[in-house]
Amino acid sequence: MASNFSIKHQPGFTAIAATCFVVLYLPIIVLVIYAFNAASSTSEWGGFSLKWFQSAYQNTQVIDATLRSFQIGAIAAVLSTIFATMAALATTRTASYPGLTFKYAAINQPLMVPEIVTGVALLIFFSRIKIFTGYSGIGYLVAAHTAFCIPFAYLPIRARLENMDLTLERAAADLYATPWKTFRRITLPLLWPGILAGLMLAFVISLDDVVITEFVKSGGQDTLPTYMLGQIRRGITPEINAISTAFLLLSVAIVTLFFFVSRKRD
Amino acid sequence: MATAEEVAKAAERRDVRDRWLLSAPALLVILFAATGPLLIVLVYSFLTPGAYGDVKWQFSSDAWTSVFLERDIFDDTLSLAAAHVTIFWRSIKLAVVTTLATLALGFPTAYFMATRSEKTRDLWLFLITIPFWTNLLIRTFAVLQIIRNEGIVNTILLKLGIVSAPVQILYTDTAILIGMAYVYLPLMVLPIYASMEKLDFRLVEAGYDLYATRFKVLRKIIFPLVKPGVIAGSILVFIPALGAYVTPSVLGGGKNMMLSNLIELQFGQGRNWPLGSALSITVMIIVMVALLAYVRNAGKSGVRHG
Repeated sequence: MASNFSIKHQPGFTAIAATCFVVLYLPIIVLVIYAFNAASSTSEWGGFSLKWFQSAYQNTQVIDATLRSFQIGAIAAVLSTIFATMAALATTRTASYPGLTFKYAAINQPLMVPEIVTGVALLIFFSRIKIFTGYSGIGYLVAAHTAFCIPFAYLPIRARLENMDLTLERAAADLYATPWKTFRRITLPLLWPGILAGLMLAFVISLDDVVITEFVKSGGQDTLPTYMLGQIRRGITPEINAISTAFLLLSVAIVTLFFFVSRKRD
Repeated sequence: MATAEEVAKAAERRDVRDRWLLSAPALLVILFAATGPLLIVLVYSFLTPGAYGDVKWQFSSDAWTSVFLERDIFDDTLSLAAAHVTIFWRSIKLAVVTTLATLALGFPTAYFMATRSEKTRDLWLFLITIPFWTNLLIRTFAVLQIIRNEGIVNTILLKLGIVSAPVQILYTDTAILIGMAYVYLPLMVLPIYASMEKLDFRLVEAGYDLYATRFKVLRKIIFPLVKPGVIAGSILVFIPALGAYVTPSVLGGGKNMMLSNLIELQFGQGRNWPLGSALSITVMIIVMVALLAYVRNAGKSGVRHG
């Protein structure tokens, strides 16, 4: 056999991988380029311009939907991360106890059901509550988003906890620290990267949601994705490209941050 | 006097109780805004549709009958509901083909990533993670712009003279397929990569030492070892593909409905909430069957990674 025989080589695999990476990024790059198009069609190039960003910025519906997305995302991310942290503390670093498997299943349940089914279920349930209580505010969206963000926030927090042994906490307890003090001074600082990662994941997941929001929202409660879906269905202008580009930039920034936070520990 | 054993038991009971209290908020939120409402869907599927949406509280199994069957308005006979069967068939077919397509593309990609040097691996992982966390609607919209009649694909084909008129891709099943394969590809690559990263290449080397061909090494050594990742990836792609809503809404136009569009219709113009509920439960049953098959398969393939 030739001396440069590589055991890792498989014919064609590199070519397929290269194609995949190009194909993954090409549409996104085209989308971004056309956001800077001066022409009002998305098929010909009319020179560089920022006018679609300007028009998106001056569109009150867009700003309104963006603010609502951030508001729901922030509340849902914080709530789901707090709940997920508590749940992770309750389900890790212990011998198996009655109900542990049930908890795993319950926490991951939102991941197992197609979004459309959850959306329909919430539409039915919340419309009942709306009739019953007369309240039709943003609370329903926050509740729905918090629920489906919990399993995502739970993942990195649980992973981090499982890599932390109890030595330091036991040492603190031996030195007469109260359980609360042990938690605040030892557990929480060690767990912090996991919590941050969970928070960012939850925020991104909430910002991305289309299906469940589409079914749960009342009139005038569009988030940015549901507003964009409505616009795309009606016909497309480069303004959607501009909004998408801004949105993309934000997602990339959060993912980059996430990547560094969750990789740094080793 | 309490014995040491009793004290220990009491402490253990307290620990379990505290752990239930700690997990209570998460469990309650999920019960309220995810799991609980699913049970209501089941109840609704056995009720009678109201005239203006919602339901009348009157038992009826009509919704379940009309998932696959339709009643003739003249002689009351039941026959197969062709429209529903078509949509079920299309959804399952598209979900399966999407899973296979992402597997065919994702497996080599994951292999490529896992065989890079320790340092550059993180970069490739990062490159696959970005689309994964990028808004699905935006990515679908990006595909829409590429495959439109005036899009870059058709422009290039026309300029090269390969076709004389734009190829109509948008608003066909092919468009939905392309879109779903595009948006779900990272979901296939990531779990396969996770398995592949732990692959012990000494086993591959042993295979070559025993004169196995490259294909044989792939089939008999690499594939069995990363099978858990392959199964996980397939499930992660199949479930959202079966219930896909955004992709068929944006790329399929009005005509090429998938299950989710059919369900949405019942809650909109269709005004048949019980049928919508029965259809939703049916989708869930299909997903559950797929998950069960996964669990059984994962249990059977006893290959474990260190």
